[in-house]
Amino acid sequence: MSMINYASREINCKIVYYGPGLGGKTTNLEHVYQKVSPNTRGKLISLATESERTLFFDFLPVDLGTIRGFKTRFHLYTVPGQVYYNASRKLILKGVDGVVFVADSQMDRMEANQESMQNLYDNMQEYGLDLTRIPFVIQYNKRDLPNAAALGDLQSTLNPGWEVTDPVRKRAVPDAYHAGEYLVQQLPTGEWVERAPYFEAVAVTGDGVFDTLKAVSKLVLKSLS
Amino acid sequence: MNFGATSWSLSEADHTSIGQVLQRFLFDSKARCALLVDKSGQLITTTGERPAFDVTAFATLAAADFAANDQLARLIGERDFSTLFHQGERESMLLADVSRRVILVVLFDHRTTLGMVKLKLRSAVDELGRLFERMFSAGLKKPAGSAPALLGDIEDEIDRLFQ
Repeated sequence: MSMINYASREINCKIVYYGPGLGGKTTNLEHVYQKVSPNTRGKLISLATESERTLFFDFLPVDLGTIRGFKTRFHLYTVPGQVYYNASRKLILKGVDGVVFVADSQMDRMEANQESMQNLYDNMQEYGLDLTRIPFVIQYNKRDLPNAAALGDLQSTLNPGWEVTDPVRKRAVPDAYHAGEYLVQQLPTGEWVERAPYFEAVAVTGDGVFDTLKAVSKLVLKSLS
Repeated sequence: MNFGATSWSLSEADHTSIGQVLQRFLFDSKARCALLVDKSGQLITTTGERPAFDVTAFATLAAADFAANDQLARLIGERDFSTLFHQGERESMLLADVSRRVILVVLFDHRTTLGMVKLKLRSAVDELGRLFERMFSAGLKKPAGSAPALLGDIEDEIDRLFQ
């Protein structure tokens, strides 16, 4: 739930990093924390177990700068990825403005990715939110690992696209981040589909972390306009 | 177009009205400080003694605390816990639900008592509830996108933020 505070001239938005356990959600936030100037970010709060697994959430507030005199502040959250923690995971989605799904590219994590994606749809639905209608991007993390699945396989499994029914939206939209690819396109069967923007990443080295954050932030700010 | 979660905006006039209610409450209850936090974890305002801690982190944790307790209430068959009390050696805090959308967090010390804070809390929560209900219903009546009209045509500006 974005909040525009005219008194303090601030726009606050909430972005949640979702995905299976050990997929790199916390690592994304840690990288942002390390790279962003201390003047523009707050404390990184981690509610984690003793073995550094996220128990409730990680939280990092980041000021992106000023737009039309309004300070834009993004609150970045991660959820606990383990299946067991669904009750707390659902709480973090409350008032979300944008979602990043951090998928683990390793082949043996495909099932965990699918399960987590389904869980995201279900939890959003419980808040009356439709994932196809809010700012949503997918990050394929751990692209450097030797057992990483092919990008095409990840896309067809986790981002196959949803049907576009609104006639106004039935027009090809190129993917600004991948030349020759489309976010909205007509299939040979005649059906129009839309996919979420996706990014490849290696969060431990920071590759793709800011591209992902930038894309979801832009979608969130645009959704307010 | 409004995607997903409801957005809302806080005008300067709303901010002033909220501040007046909180100041009166702090004066009557002798509490140190009051913070208003929305349930998604964003700080709306603080009144009273300036907190020495990180208020952004505090707001996030207060919202999470409240949300977790809300679920605990449901597990034991209650609709919610409308107030929560955390007692410390020197500082204590009381959290109260306002219109199911906002949390009022009150920090107080030995200069007052829990009973006094609770006594004065009720009317403050009612008054704030009325203010927020009005703000939310005004927000719903506005045509989509009118509040942040300032955000129109900002593609270049957003790009600049990331340079």
